[in-house]
Formats: sequence, structure tokens, C-alpha cells
Amino acid sequence: MLRVDHLSLTIGDKPILNDVSFAVAPGEILGIVGESGSGKSMTALSIMQLLPEGSRTAGSLTFGDHAILDADDTLMQDLRGDDMAMIFQEPMTALNPIHTIGAQVSEGMRLHQGLGRDAAEAQAVSLLDRVGLPPAHYPLTRFPHEMSGGQRQRVMIAMACAQEPDLLIADEPTTALDVTLQKQILDLLRSLVDEQGMGLILISHDLAVVADVTDSVLVMRNGQVVDEGATIPTLKALRHPYTAALAEASSHAPDRSALIKKQAKRPTEREPLLKCENLTRDYGGSAGLFGGARSFVRAVDHVDLQIDHGESVGLVGESGCGKSTLARMVLALDKPTGGTVRFQGADLFASNGEALKALRRNIQVVFQDPYASFNPRHRVGRIVAEPLYLEPGLSAADKQKRVADALQDVGLDSDASDRYPHEFSGGQRQRIAIARALVTRPALLVADEPVSALDVSIRAQIMDLLVKLQISHSIAMLFISHDLGVVRAMCDRVLVMDGGQIVERGAVDAVFDTPKSEAAKRLVAATPNLKLSLNRTASKSSGQAA
Amino acid sequence: MTAQASTPHQPLRSRSHTFWLQARSNRSFMTGIAITASVVAMALISFAWTPYDVLELDIASKLQSPSLSHWFGTDHFGRDILSMIMVGARNSIAVALVAVVIGIGVGVPLGCWAASRGGLMGEALMRGNDLIFAFPALLSAVIITAIFGPGAINAIIAIGIFNIPVFARLARGATLSLLTREFVLAARVAGKGSVRIIAEHILPNMANLLVVQGTIAFALGILQEAGLAYVGLGTQPPFPSWGKMLNEAQTMMSFAPHMAIVPGLAIVVTVLGLNLLGDGLRDILDPRLSKARE
Amino acid sequence: MIKALAHKLIWAALTLVVASVLVFFALEIVPGDPAEVMLGINATDEAIAALRKQLGIDLPPLQRYFAWVGGLLTGDLGTSYTYSVPVLELVTERVVVSLPLALMALFLSTAIAIPVGLIAAGKRGTMADTGIMAVTQIGIAIPNFWFALLLVYVLALWLQWVPAGGFPGWEKGWWPGLNALLLPAIALALPQAAILSRVTRSALLETLGEDYIRTARAKGLSRRATLSRHALRNALIPVVTIIGLQFAYLLAGTIIIENVFYLPGLGRLLFQAINLRDLILVESVVMLLVATIIAVNFLVDLTYVWIDPRLRSTNKAGNTATNRAGNTSGTEAQTDGAS
Repeated sequence: MLRVDHLSLTIGDKPILNDVSFAVAPGEILGIVGESGSGKSMTALSIMQLLPEGSRTAGSLTFGDHAILDADDTLMQDLRGDDMAMIFQEPMTALNPIHTIGAQVSEGMRLHQGLGRDAAEAQAVSLLDRVGLPPAHYPLTRFPHEMSGGQRQRVMIAMACAQEPDLLIADEPTTALDVTLQKQILDLLRSLVDEQGMGLILISHDLAVVADVTDSVLVMRNGQVVDEGATIPTLKALRHPYTAALAEASSHAPDRSALIKKQAKRPTEREPLLKCENLTRDYGGSAGLFGGARSFVRAVDHVDLQIDHGESVGLVGESGCGKSTLARMVLALDKPTGGTVRFQGADLFASNGEALKALRRNIQVVFQDPYASFNPRHRVGRIVAEPLYLEPGLSAADKQKRVADALQDVGLDSDASDRYPHEFSGGQRQRIAIARALVTRPALLVADEPVSALDVSIRAQIMDLLVKLQISHSIAMLFISHDLGVVRAMCDRVLVMDGGQIVERGAVDAVFDTPKSEAAKRLVAATPNLKLSLNRTASKSSGQAA
Repeated sequence: MTAQASTPHQPLRSRSHTFWLQARSNRSFMTGIAITASVVAMALISFAWTPYDVLELDIASKLQSPSLSHWFGTDHFGRDILSMIMVGARNSIAVALVAVVIGIGVGVPLGCWAASRGGLMGEALMRGNDLIFAFPALLSAVIITAIFGPGAINAIIAIGIFNIPVFARLARGATLSLLTREFVLAARVAGKGSVRIIAEHILPNMANLLVVQGTIAFALGILQEAGLAYVGLGTQPPFPSWGKMLNEAQTMMSFAPHMAIVPGLAIVVTVLGLNLLGDGLRDILDPRLSKARE
Repeated sequence: MIKALAHKLIWAALTLVVASVLVFFALEIVPGDPAEVMLGINATDEAIAALRKQLGIDLPPLQRYFAWVGGLLTGDLGTSYTYSVPVLELVTERVVVSLPLALMALFLSTAIAIPVGLIAAGKRGTMADTGIMAVTQIGIAIPNFWFALLLVYVLALWLQWVPAGGFPGWEKGWWPGLNALLLPAIALALPQAAILSRVTRSALLETLGEDYIRTARAKGLSRRATLSRHALRNALIPVVTIIGLQFAYLLAGTIIIENVFYLPGLGRLLFQAINLRDLILVESVVMLLVATIIAVNFLVDLTYVWIDPRLRSTNKAGNTATNRAGNTSGTEAQTDGAS
């Protein structure tokens, strides 16, 4: 149905795709995996002919009996949304904020099927029902801002499937969503493929998702196809070294044996490093000047939490469960509504002045986004030195030494000091962020999704680095993540949060192997697992592979 | 401003270097800076030298059309129009510039403060801005003149007041968006207070925006000053100003059109130069805060 | 939605009250005693006292303020010190010139700017776009009163197509009236249209870069349909903001430009009043103009709500809570809370 032959693409003078060839049959799910910059999204946009200005393509792209690369605007407009459709990554921005979902879903039907408003809306109701948005709760008059990300992605799917297209392209459709929502959306896509017999191209950076859902797979790197074949055999055999490296990196577990040994030898301390009791945080509640609903949100609800010296504790939960708010209180960025935080035996919120500075020195943080976490106008040296503000006594030479040491610890040259953050890659920036956290030699590191924004190969390196630094510097860690695999690889214990409360806690293996709470069960069931999916679906897919 | 002696505060050599590289190929910027520099130079030269004395009346040579001895002609008192344009440039630049300084000096701290305080204070402050928006510079000037009588200072104050909410809104918006950035959280983890964070992290990142908006407000200030002087609310005679010259030219349009054309062109060229400069700076500095990712 | 409107209405009313306090105290309390000004330095104390009583300015400031506001609300604006006629009478005969002029200019400027901005954005990067941008760049730099002078010189003095100024009055029929206002309205509108078309163009271009535009294209909509159905209304928000700000500017411009065309509008009344130091007249005219601007800003606020459904929701508490909670994806919780 879709045949791509020797497709090449340049934008401006930059080569993006080089000699890409593949085919998709009706009812087939093709996965395209690759890291950022591999050209997987651009391949999708080439098929839809929605490339940015200044793009030049070569090769051939045949859809049905249409030569897409030679098609004019009128033909493409007939094909798009009717015979081929696309779902994008970011559900928050992909819908027009000023039109109702009804208008947006029925727009394509009115255009392609020539339906009147009433007929189109009637069909929109049943479509939305089909994607799990029953009309009783989700009337057509809703606006996108009245829905959550997962719900909006369902609207996108309803829109894309309205004309029962022959080909659906889904570009990272679940990357912006929680694992539990991811599972629902992937299940929905798969059942639509089964029902309508369309071809699906699923673009993802996540091998486990691809292994779980697709029939065949295309591995891309730097604009080229490096490996391809039926999904299960390809991902099992790992004939190509890059595929093998990706598979290793995506289920990477750093060697923590030295850390565990060291931890076992440590004398039991009188008091834990961090102890939170009954911690509660409410938001809202203050009404506007002219009254209004005094609604408030309890983001964190009576949480008890304890971290020992040198220990790694994971904190998992769906977005909005309160884990970030909890982290902000541990970092003394936000005052609790109730409860206490004791750090190294002192009450964090009763301290101020020099005492608070001494405590802060020992709690440092690494954020998720390596792009947003540095002031773009400061050089790396100044960025890394910033927490030394907490040690006023240091001389200039001492500071310089500490910065150089920290940079060396994270594997960067000391001449990095004189450069600006934008001169570094994402992985290197995350190293700079870690250096900044280490410069005060803290006892506790709060890591808020530190590897979520990174490609898998870089993610593995950063995970190794964190473990290495924990061993050499004896740092305890509060590791916040939505990725259970990473938490299992990095932590001793795990806390599962749901609705502001900690609903389950224990050793990582115990919690993830035999979850007891509803929230933990939900998370574990929804998390795609490369090894499991390869074994589970081996029999089913080997027969289908052509 | 900085406590980190370990990271010497060198001039941002690489940054300013790339700036000039981009600037040289930006046609708007180069045209704009050339025009602006010429107007400023003209104003500066007028302190030392003008072709004729602008205060000296020479009725014998009144209302002459442009000629070699009077490039832009003379007015109804026989004064040399080129000299008046040169001296008038001083006045336009001074009024508009001081008004921009007032706008930035008052507006930016207010905007930063409103953004970092949030809540009711922030809202009240922004409503105060709405209030000022209801008083265009002309109305402020009318009120001030009604109280104190006419003068150039009135124009400065009126335009300056008009500029305050412009910069306050800009600063508030930029601060709000920067405050959510993780590097601000990192600075708080490093124990820094809000004043220090604003000085070290917020203001430097808003500087591009302020430069661009400042250029635009400068251009607008020159237009507003001309308008006020034209209706007699600004600079008073005999000191020449472009707006005042247009006012005097009005009744002589039919027999001395150069008296109206020359000062008007002076305004257009100056404002055009500043606007081109602002556009060029905007392209080069890309003040969209969200675009930190390359 | 009703609550959001009520909120805006109350703020507009508060702004009006504060503005009235500012104007009143600036023009009645600060400048000193109008009775002394009116009677000159040779007046006797008794004469001044008598006049003060007659003008009602012997009362304490607060009482005078409420009397003034009460008068404003009932249409009694007091009596002009110099003209010795009710201010209301003076003002109404001038408003009928100034207000139509400002509205005509606003209409012209919008009617020119939005199509021009659309064309420039639609033909981005072409000769047409470059040409439009160059013309508007110059248009922005032209002071409207100078443009008016040039129009008068070329069309009235040189070509003698139109009268150089003056106003026949509406009693001669609406056509001669409109005709007299046309040239001033064009002079006011064109420089504003230059600004507005640039704003329209850049707002459209920005909107065209949004994700939902790609979604619309992926649905099979043509470029033109995407522009009109998805981009235009979203781009209207900044455009309406500028129209609102421009109104204040146009009103001020009206006042200036009346001098060029010898129009008997509020502007000329205002400048005469300043020269004669007839403060009660100045005060009324200024207050009238300020009130008009505040009312227009309120209308602009209403337009936002009409354009953007996100501004209709009153669930503000929930929004701010989740924003401050700083969740990695706070919107998820926010919308769940709202549903």
C-alpha cells in the first residue's frame, strides 16, 4: 500500500534523510525507532508532504497508485485526512484552542465526505464514543482546554480515524503521556488497526513500546535505515550492532554491587539523613478579590518519608500525584502546610540564616530538562559555582578548585568553565547540572526525572555516572521518575505516590514484582518491558512476519 | 553584583563577536544604525556649530526657498531652517530618551516586583497600568500644562508616564516566564534571595527585550514629542523644535511649503531609522525567551 | 462566563473611579484658587470670596469631589468659568465632531490593515510582502498631523479638490459633514493602519507556526482554508489588543489633527480652555476622554472572551494551584480537576 524507495531529503543545505526504503501493507503495524535526529519524524512528514519550507526530496514514495513526491496540492489535500492521517506527539498543542472538539472532529468529515453539520456531528459522537470519550461525559461542545492530555490524544485519534484512512501515522503519540495513559492509547490504536485493517506507522524512541505493538520494525540513525525486519526476530537476534546498543541501553542497569556492599558496611546511624513526618501541602483556597469558589487542592497529603545516609530511594507515580511538590518541600523551595522536614537532625523550616545555608549545602538538585536548567547568559564555570554561594568563606582560588574538581568528577574538561551551556550537547549539559549539584559536596541529591529527556544511549551513561558518584562521594539520593525500569536500576527502595499520598513502599524488586496497591499495580502493568514483550509475543508475530 | 570571584567576569567576547557578525549582514540594522548615528551626530555638532544662529532674526532674508546659502531655506523670521533642524534634533532626542529612561527606570522594577510578588499586589499593579493606559501622553501633557504651564519638561513627564506601563508589562511578562525556568529554581536551591535572583538571572535575560522595546519607545517618543510641540504643549519658542516648526509652517503652506516639508522629513527619517534599528536588533538578538533551545 | 464578565466590569468601574479622583485632584485641588485666577490680582477679598461661594469651591475637597461626580452622573458638568455657559452644552456640540472622526479613523484603519496583513502573511517572502512591509515601515514613521498638512497642501491648496478645512455642521445633512471629516480621518487612519497591518501579519505568521495548523493541514484542509478557519481567529487576539490601544491614540490624534483642519471639535475646545486656564472645562473634557478610553478597553476585554474560550472559564483557583505546584505536567491534574 505504501512503498518508500530510496527516499532522500535535504532541508536548506542540511541532509536529513539518505536512501530510506521500506513498505507498509494494509493491516500491518510498522515501528520506526531511533534517537533524536535520526530522521524518523521527517520520514513521516515526507509521506504526508507536510515538510517545512526549503525541503527537497528525491527518490520515490508510492501510496496506493499515487506518486506522492510528484503529487500537487489538490491531490495531497484529497489524500490527507481521507486516505492517510497523522497523530502528533504533543496533544496539548495539536488541537485548536478556540474550536470545540465537535467542530474539529467533524471538520474532516464535512470536507471529505461532504456531510452536513448535523450528520457529521452525529458521526463525531459515535467516533468519540469509540475512542473512549462517551458523549454523556464528553459532549461535542467541549473545548480542548477542558480536557487532559490523554483525552486530547483520544480526540486526535478520533479525528485521524474519522474517514477510516488506509494509512495512519502516529509520531510518538504517547511520549508526552504517563505510562498508564500510554498503554490505553496504544491498546486503542491496535484495536483500531484490527478493526479497520489500516496500516499503521508507529514512530517511537522506546524499543519496548515498539516490541509490544508492532509487526515489523525499522531502526534509523542519522537519516539512514540501519536495521529492519520483523519486530520480534530483529529485536531478539540483535544482528546489527546499533540495534544491540539501543537494546542494551534501553534496559541498562548500572553496576550497583559496590554501592550495596559499601552501604551494608556502614554503621547504622542514630538518626536518618532525612525524615519527613505528616508532610502536607495545600494549594489554592484563597479566593479572588470578588469571591469565587474556595476550592483547594491537597497536592501532598500526610506523607512520611525517611532516607538514610548513602541510600537511594525512588519516588514514582503518575503526573499530578504530588511527587514534584514533595521534592520541592524537601529542597525547601516550598513551605509545607503541615508536618515537618528534619534534615541531619535539624528542622528544615525552623532554620534560617547560616544554619539554613549549612543545610542547603547538603541538599542539592538535578532537574529534568538539561536545556532550561541553566542561565543562558552565564558561563559554565559561573553556573557550577552558583551553589558555593552557600559557603561564603571560600576564597576565589578555593572556588575555582572546587568547580574544576566537580567538572572532573562528571567527566568534563576544566576548560568547559569558560564556555556557554548552549555549546554543549544534551548529555553534556546533564553532566554540568550534576557538577553544579556536587560542588557543595552534598549528603543528599534530589534527582527530578534526571534522565527522562535524554536519548537512551546517553541515559545509560548518565545513570552510570550517578551510581559512580554515589559510590565515590557517599551521596544519598531521592530519585523521582515515571520510568519504573530506571528506578529499579538505580534505587534500593521505592515509594509509590497516588493522590498526594504514599500508597506503597518497600524494596524495589518486591514492589515491582508483587505490587499490592492499585496505583503500583496500574503502573507495573502499563510499563512496557522489552524482555517480557519479546517473549510474550514471540509465537504470535513469528508467523505474521513476511 | 556577583559574588563568584572564581569565575572572572570577562566581557562576553564570543557573544559580542557573533553579534557584530550577524549585525553586519542585517540590512535593517545597518540602515537603522547609520540613520540614527547621523541624527545623533547632527544634534551633537549643533552644540559646537550651526550654519547660522538659530535665535537671530533676519527679516530681510525671510521665507527663502532652499538655496546654496540656506540649504533648507529660511522661515518667516529669516532663520536658517537647517540650523533649526540641527538644534531641534537635540530637543527631540533628549525628550524621547529621558522618557524612555523614565519608562525603564520605573516600569521594569514595578514589573519585576509585580511578577515576583504575584497575587493581589501583582493584579493591583497591573490594573494601575491599565489606568495609565487610559491617559495617553497628550492627556497627561494637557493636565500637567494646565497645572504648571507649558514647557519641555511637561512633554518628558507625559511621555515618560506613558512609557511606564509599556515597560512594566514587558518586564512582568518576561519575569513570569523566566521565574518558572529551572535555572531560577537552581538559584533558589543555592540559597539566593529574590532580589539577587532578579539581578543575576532575570534582568540579564530580559536585556534583549528591553533594548528592542527601548528603541521602539524612543521612536514613538519622538513622534509624541513632535505632536505635543505642534499643539503648544511641549518645547516653547524661541527654542526650536521640529513639532513647533510644523505648527508655524501651517499658515504658510501655500507660499512656503518647504517650511513644513523639511521638519516633517526630519521626523520621518529619524523615526524610520530608529524603527529599522529596533527591527534589526530584534532579528539579531531574537528576544523570544522561549527560544533558548537551539 | 457571567462571573468573568462581572469581574472585568467591576475592574473597569474601579479604574474609572480612580481616574476621576486623579483628574479631579490634579485639576481642582493642586492648581490653587480659580477664583483668584479669574478675577486677577487686583480683585478684592470680598469679590473673591463671593465668587468662590458661587463656584462652590469654598467647600472641603472631598465634598466638592462628590458633588462633581454626582454632577457627572446626572449630566451637570458645571459652568465654564470663561464662557459662562454650561460645560455640558459646550462639550456636546464638540463631541459630535470628534467622536465620529475617531470612529471613522478606527474603522478605516481596521478595514485597511486586516486585509493588507492577511495578504502579506499569505504571500510571505514574495515581492508583494516585501513591498507592503516597506510601505508600512515608512507609514509608521509619519506623524499623522504632518501627513494631514501634506494632504491639505496637495489636495486642497495645490489640486483644489477639497476644502482645506472647517466643518459645515451636521444640520446641513450628514453628507457634507462626513465629507469634511473624510480627509482628517484618512490622515489619522493611514499611519495607524501601517502599524496594525504589521501586527496582523506577524500575529498570523506566529499562529501559522502552531501545532494545530499542522493538524489542520494533516486533515486535508487547503492553505487558504487553514488560514481562514484556524489561523485568523487565533491571530485576532493580539490584533484586537492593538486596536484597543490605538483607540486611545486615535482619540489623542483627533485632538491634535483638529488643529490642522480647523475642526470645531473637543481638541480645539481643550486647547482654548488651557490657554484661558478654564480648569473646569479642561477637567470635564479630559474626564470624558478618559472614560471613553476605559469603556473601549472594556469592550476589548469582552472581545477577548468572545474570541478565546479559555478566558471564559472561571476556575481560576484550580489553575493557579497547579501552576504553582510545578508538576512535571500540571495541566493533566488541572483539567482532571475541572472535569
